[in-house]
Amino acid sequence: MSDANENKEMGTVTTIYHEFESWQVNRGEKTIHAKRMPGFFRTVKTYTQLALWLPFFLLPYLRWNDKQAILFDIQNRQFHFFNIMVLPQDIWMLSLVLLIAAMTLFAVTSVASRVWCGYFCFQTAWTDWFTWLEDKIEGNPLARRKLDDAPLSLDKIKKKTLKHTLWILLALFTGISFSIWFVDAFEYWNNLIHLDLPKVGWIVLALFGVGTYLLAGFLREQACIWLCPYARIQGVMGDAQTILPTYDAKRGEPRGKLRKGGDSGAPQGDCIDCFQCVQVCPTGVDIRHGQQLGCITCGLCLDACDAIMDKIGKPRGLIRYASLDEMSGKPAKKMYQHPRTLVYISIILIAMSGIIYGLTHLGSMSLKVLPERQPLFVSMSDGSIQNKYTFKVLNKTDKDIYVNVTATGGVEGQVLIGAETPRLTHHGRGTSFTVFVKAPGKSVKQEVTPIHFRVEGVEDPNVFAEYTSNFNGPKH
Amino acid sequence: MSDKHDAGGVPTTGHVWDDDLGDFTNQPPKWWMLGLTASAIWCVVYFLYYPSIPVSNAQGYFKGIGGWTAITEMEADKSVVDEVRGKYEAKLKDMTPAAILADGELTEYVTRSGKVLFGDNCAACHGTNGVGTVDKQGLFAPILNDDDWLYGGKIEDIHASITGGRQAVMTPHKDVLSAAEIDTLANAVAAGKPTSTPLFTEKGCTACHGADGKGMQAMGSANLTDSVWRFDGSVEGIKYTIANGVNVGPGSRIAVMPSFQAAGKLSDAEMKKLAVYVYKFGGGKN
Repeated sequence: MSDANENKEMGTVTTIYHEFESWQVNRGEKTIHAKRMPGFFRTVKTYTQLALWLPFFLLPYLRWNDKQAILFDIQNRQFHFFNIMVLPQDIWMLSLVLLIAAMTLFAVTSVASRVWCGYFCFQTAWTDWFTWLEDKIEGNPLARRKLDDAPLSLDKIKKKTLKHTLWILLALFTGISFSIWFVDAFEYWNNLIHLDLPKVGWIVLALFGVGTYLLAGFLREQACIWLCPYARIQGVMGDAQTILPTYDAKRGEPRGKLRKGGDSGAPQGDCIDCFQCVQVCPTGVDIRHGQQLGCITCGLCLDACDAIMDKIGKPRGLIRYASLDEMSGKPAKKMYQHPRTLVYISIILIAMSGIIYGLTHLGSMSLKVLPERQPLFVSMSDGSIQNKYTFKVLNKTDKDIYVNVTATGGVEGQVLIGAETPRLTHHGRGTSFTVFVKAPGKSVKQEVTPIHFRVEGVEDPNVFAEYTSNFNGPKH
Repeated sequence: MSDKHDAGGVPTTGHVWDDDLGDFTNQPPKWWMLGLTASAIWCVVYFLYYPSIPVSNAQGYFKGIGGWTAITEMEADKSVVDEVRGKYEAKLKDMTPAAILADGELTEYVTRSGKVLFGDNCAACHGTNGVGTVDKQGLFAPILNDDDWLYGGKIEDIHASITGGRQAVMTPHKDVLSAAEIDTLANAVAAGKPTSTPLFTEKGCTACHGADGKGMQAMGSANLTDSVWRFDGSVEGIKYTIANGVNVGPGSRIAVMPSFQAAGKLSDAEMKKLAVYVYKFGGGKN
C-alpha cells in the first residue's frame, strides 16, 4: 500500500483492515509468562483486587440474628440482607442494581479507561493469583519457559503436579465460596464434608471449579481478548479526554539501546528499547504501539518503565496515564466539561434513588385482588348481585399473621362473605383466599363500580395493604 | 485482499477460482476434530442406550440397553406429585364433605384439584366455572354459582346430586288444561306470583310446587316465585313447559343429571372434592 492510498482511506472501514496488519495480539499460540515487578501500580492492583474479592470469600460466613447475614435463598425465593428480606415481588430493584453496576463501569471507563479490567475484574484477579502461585513454584518467566521446554523429569512432574493441585484447590474454593452465597454457608460445608450435596450443588461446584481452573489457569488473557464482551464495550466509552496508560512517543522516539559514555551524535529518545514494558504485561501487548484491544490498563508497564527510568537517570513517566488531548498538546479539560461522564453519573443517581425508595417502601404486606371473570357476577335468588374475588396477600413479615378484610366504595349495602373472621396469611410467601361481595340488586346502579379492599393485621394495624378492584353488575 | 500471508508451505487442492483463490489442505483444528469424534461416539452410545430401532425382533423392537421408557419416566414424575398429594388424599378418604369444608387447608387443596375434575366431568354441561349453558329451552344445565338450588344447596345435597344424579318429572298438561288455562297460569308464573290465580291450587300444581309456589327440594320442583329460571322464563317458554312437561319423552323439556356413582367414572374422593368445589362457587348454603 502506498502512503497516498492509506491517506485516502483514513477514517473509513478499510483502515481497520490496515490496522489489523500491524496489530500485535497473542492469538493463543503462546503462553504469556509475565514478569512480576514491584511498583506503585502493582501495589494498588494487589489491594484493589483483595478489597473486592476478599468479601466474596468471607462475607457468607457473617451471621446476623442467628441467620446468614447475606443470603440469596433461591430455593425459598427470598433474599436476606441483614434485617431486610426482599421477596421476588420487589426484585425490580435488582434491575436497578445491575443498571448502577453497568453505569459505574461506563462512568469510570469514560474517565480512566478500563479500570475495572486492570484492577478489579475476577478474570484479572484470579489470573494474577494463579500466575503468582506459578511464579512461586516454577520460578521466574525464564525458568518457566525453560521448564515448559524441558523433557519430562521427576522435578518437572513434581513442580507441575504441585502447581495444578494448588490451582484446582483454589478453583474449588472459588466454587464453594460462590455456592455459599445461595445456601447456608455452614450447612453447605457440613454437607460437602459428608459428600452429601444435592445434585445441583455438585453441578454448580463442578462448573465453577472447572471454569475457574480453565479460565485463570489456561485461557487467561485470551478470555479478555476473545471472550469478554465488556472489554469491547468499554472501547467505545473512552474519548480524547479519557486518561489511559500511554507511551509518550514524542519523548521516547527514536528509541535505541542505551549508549554508555560516548555520544554518536544521532538524536535519541528516552526509550532504550529494553522491552521491560512488554515483559511485565499480563496480556503480552507492546504499549508503545498505543492503546490497543489487548491492553487491560493494569498499569504494570508504568511500574516497569519507571523503574528503568530511575536506573538510567531519566524522569519518570515515559509511559504514564495520559489522555489523547494531552498527547496531542491540547489543553486538558475539566471534569465537568466531560458530558459523557456526567450523563453516566446522573443515571447512577437516578437508579440509586430508585433503590433507596424501594428499600424504604418495602412495606410489610402487599395485596392483589383478582375479580372472577367467568362469571363476572351472579344474580342470587333474592335479587342481589354477587361478585367473587381472589385475594393474594403477600406477608413480608417474619411470622404468620391474621388479617381483617374490609372494603370501602363499591355498592351501598354490600356485604363481604368469607371475611367475617380474620384470615391467616403465611409469612414469606403468598396466601390466596376467596371473598365474595354481595350487594342488593337495586343499589347496583352501573355495570362497573370501583371498590377498594384493605387487609389489615389484627394485632398490628400498621401491617396493611390496599387494592382497588371493580364490582361488576348487569347492564343498565 | 492481501498477499502478505503466505501459506507456510501448505499445498493447495489445486483448484483455482477467480485467478488466485485456492483451498489449502490444512488439517481442521484439533479441538474441532475432537468434537467431531466425540459427537460420533455420542451418537453410537445414544443409539444403543435408548430404544432406537423400531424394527421387529423376538421382543417386538430394540428396547435399548438403558431400559428407558417414557412411561416409567412419567410414573417416576407422577410419584413425586402423588407423594405431595398423599397426605391430603389419605385424610380425604374417611371424611365427609362437610368435614372437608370445615378444614381450611383441605378445602384449599380440594378446590385446586377440583378445578381440573370439574373441567373434565362437569363443564361440558354446566359450563366453565359453573356458569351454566344455554340452549333453546333456556338453560341446558343449571348455573352453579348462585344460591338457587332445585335439590338444595347444603354440602350434603350437592354431594348427593353428584353421586346419585337427579332426574325429576313434570307431567305434560296439554291434554289436561285448556289453552286459556295454560295461558292464565303461565302469565301468573312469569309475574312471579303463581298463587295469584286460583287455577294453581285447583289444577293440582301445589302437589309438586307447594302451596306457596316455592317448590320442594325433595322432589326438585322449581321455585316459581323468584326470578331465576330453569327453563325459558318468558310467557311463551313457560306455556311450553306447562304443556309439554319435563323428562317425559319427545317434545318435553329435558333436565337430567347423571349419577356419577352409577357411571363409575369418579372415585368417592373425587366426588367429595367436586361437592366442595361446587359449594365454594359461592352459592353453597349452611
